[in-house]
Amino acid sequence: MKKEWKEQQNGCYTVRTCGWSPPGDHPVGCGMKLHIKDGRLVKVEGDAEHPISQGRLCVRCLSLPEYVHHPQRITHPMKRVGERGENKWQQISWDEAWDIIVEKTNAIKKNYGAESIIVFGGTGREACLYYYPLGFASLGTPNVCYPLSGWSCYGPRCAITDYILGAGYPEIDFAGHFPDRYDNPEYKVPEYIVLWGKMPLMSNPDGFYGHSLIDMMKRGAKIISVDPRINWLSTRAAHRLQLRPGTDTALALGLLHVIINEDLYDHEFVDKWCYGFDELKERVQEYPPERVEEITWVKKEKIVEVARLIAKSKPTAIQWGLAVDENPNGVQLGHAILAISAITGNLDVPGGITLGPPATLLGKWRVETRSELSEELWEKRIGAKEWPALSMALATTHPDETLDTLETGKPYKLRMGWFNSSNFITPTNSAQPDRWYRALKSLEFNVVQDCFMTPTAVAFADIFLPLPTFAEHDGVVITHFGRNAIFVGAMNKAFEVGECKSDIEVCIELGKRLNPEAWPWNSVEEFFDDQLKPELGFDFNDLREMGIYQPGYTYRKHEKGLLRADGEPGFNTVTGKVELSSTLFEMWGEDPLPYYKEPFYSPVSTPELAKEYPLILTTGARTFTSFHSEHRQISTLREITPDPIMEIHPDTAANLGIKEGDWVYMENMFGKAKEKAHLTPTIHPKVVHAAHGWWYPEKPAAEPSLFGVWESNINTLIPHKHIGKLGFGAPFKSILCKVYKTE
Amino acid sequence: MSRNGLLIDYEYCTGCHSCEVACRNEHNIPRGKWGIKLTEVGPWQVNGEEWEWDYIPVPTVLCDLCKERVAKGEKPSCVHHCLGQAMEYGTLEELAKKMESKGKKVALFIP
Repeated sequence: MKKEWKEQQNGCYTVRTCGWSPPGDHPVGCGMKLHIKDGRLVKVEGDAEHPISQGRLCVRCLSLPEYVHHPQRITHPMKRVGERGENKWQQISWDEAWDIIVEKTNAIKKNYGAESIIVFGGTGREACLYYYPLGFASLGTPNVCYPLSGWSCYGPRCAITDYILGAGYPEIDFAGHFPDRYDNPEYKVPEYIVLWGKMPLMSNPDGFYGHSLIDMMKRGAKIISVDPRINWLSTRAAHRLQLRPGTDTALALGLLHVIINEDLYDHEFVDKWCYGFDELKERVQEYPPERVEEITWVKKEKIVEVARLIAKSKPTAIQWGLAVDENPNGVQLGHAILAISAITGNLDVPGGITLGPPATLLGKWRVETRSELSEELWEKRIGAKEWPALSMALATTHPDETLDTLETGKPYKLRMGWFNSSNFITPTNSAQPDRWYRALKSLEFNVVQDCFMTPTAVAFADIFLPLPTFAEHDGVVITHFGRNAIFVGAMNKAFEVGECKSDIEVCIELGKRLNPEAWPWNSVEEFFDDQLKPELGFDFNDLREMGIYQPGYTYRKHEKGLLRADGEPGFNTVTGKVELSSTLFEMWGEDPLPYYKEPFYSPVSTPELAKEYPLILTTGARTFTSFHSEHRQISTLREITPDPIMEIHPDTAANLGIKEGDWVYMENMFGKAKEKAHLTPTIHPKVVHAAHGWWYPEKPAAEPSLFGVWESNINTLIPHKHIGKLGFGAPFKSILCKVYKTE
Repeated sequence: MSRNGLLIDYEYCTGCHSCEVACRNEHNIPRGKWGIKLTEVGPWQVNGEEWEWDYIPVPTVLCDLCKERVAKGEKPSCVHHCLGQAMEYGTLEELAKKMESKGKKVALFIP
């Protein structure tokens, strides 16, 4: 890339940047040029020099000017003047905002202890790097909460990998580490890519550039799709395993049964680098393809065929998705999927699964800031003792315990809430959002950081602090939040709108007022210099001039002593090997081996309930036009996706008298939600799929409407605390419901 | 002088709508009108396991093949931003050759 990242052009200028958020996405770091004219962002153009995105850009970035200059955007600090929920605000200065916040925070800490403050963080946005330090090092509380039941997003997969492989996030190898990408002589295109409960084209998960899949398909990679829906990519797949929602673990064990019993595994890798193979071999005898077909609806011949392909094709890269997390049996699913990759010799090989350390750079700093807290305070973290498998891997509270604490005041009462980039009473990252909504009313003082007034902000904010978009602040994009940093990119501030402050600016400014020792930096640039230089040897300005930094990659690190802190060969686990049988799971009272468990509610486990609620509901497929609850007010995007869509098979719809475009309710014993029916043969007749993240910025803001947040709130159908034994995984992708026309 | 066109490889058009929005930005096209518009065929099951589900963007009368961008040596905005890199701009002769070598699921438009 060119050194110059800012260029003047007849009266206007362009700034090169790598996008992150807000508006939301994961740390994908797509390259683009922001065109500024007369103080306005007039155009966004993809940067052809960027080695990953290569000029390509999705509609969310192409419509960024609309987001940035939207008339409803909040660009000054606000103080609530009416009652909570009335949506009445007064603009205030940052000084006044800090004075109010500092006074309240100090009073609450003095009277009730710092643990009575809780920070809520959302999904994917840059805030994921900063809401932990905001809690630990600025406010001084041990309670930082990702409120999604069972921490059902990314956290479970990271924890499983930590325990089984002792490594960071296992991303498939798309040659992202290499400046010469797919042409790198060490790289090999995967022969098969297994997409397990994942559709990366829309989601760009965790920093994986979704359309890399298309790049690899054009270079010969074939797809195996494991999904209850036939999605667009599965129509291009070599094989489709359309399974019953929530039965994935049985399928994984069935594949292992074939691979092990047909002796298709990599003996050398198993002998040298795996622990517990004999126990796993014994366990998978319980899952012959015949039984697995009965459980999963996937034909036994297909299971055998795909198992053979996975084992014999070198390399095969399995990309696991949110379906692993949003499943109370998901720890076992993740464990089984990692076991498949391990015993077929696909870990840390070209075109297989890449592995990094569990935390690097800002991803490491964010959790290390907890050293600002005394042991005594850290001990008070909500749910940490009850759920050690969760609290050891993740520095947060247990989300379900947190709702219990809000409702009961036990073990202590929470009094102050800080909501950073989290609009979780919309159907995004909480189960039973209506219950959270009622429980959160007990908080005495709340701060919300966001770009727009959301249902969550209207319901709870006493102070609203405006966030700048990624066009308006400096930052560092680090893929996979530092858990497998495929590249690091510079996010460059192009201009200002109003008086917004970024997450790190808020951390530093509040930190300097409350806990100055932890925040020695006088500018954001100084802060990033200190984050980058020790590990990478260059500073923030160097990164701006490079555009992005790709570190290269060393394969087979376990052979070279590069995965363990002691420099010995092997994996950074208790046994030093890939734990096919987990010593830690056993220590926590869980079965050390993967096993299948029926969903809490299913035609098999609750046949009586299934008579009333005969359909299986799965939720949360992504679209190109939104990031979870975001972008609903952006008219270009809303024109493409105007309504929440539920998918139903034409035969099922016909039986229910439902036609294309009818508004229908999905209802079960926990709640109901209204969406628009789309009839499609891509979904099984016994399954329906519902979109998530819907609210209506065009509807009244004040309570009880809250922008119509309760109308299409699909997460009201998902129960609280129906999670796995280790505290992970809620049934967002496998619950029962009935469907009927709204009339 | 030979004529130019747009080649669409609809095996890899993922239906992302980037072409529509990139085109609208480039030409300031108002709501309700499009310079290029995505169409959808399917999804339906062909037989056994095979599925038909195609997206094909169709350039409209408002498309000038990004005359100004091309004059500056840039690609048309839709081609530049296409996530599937499923669009190409060029002379009909070049594109016809590419069609032939691709061999399936490919269309050529002269707007």
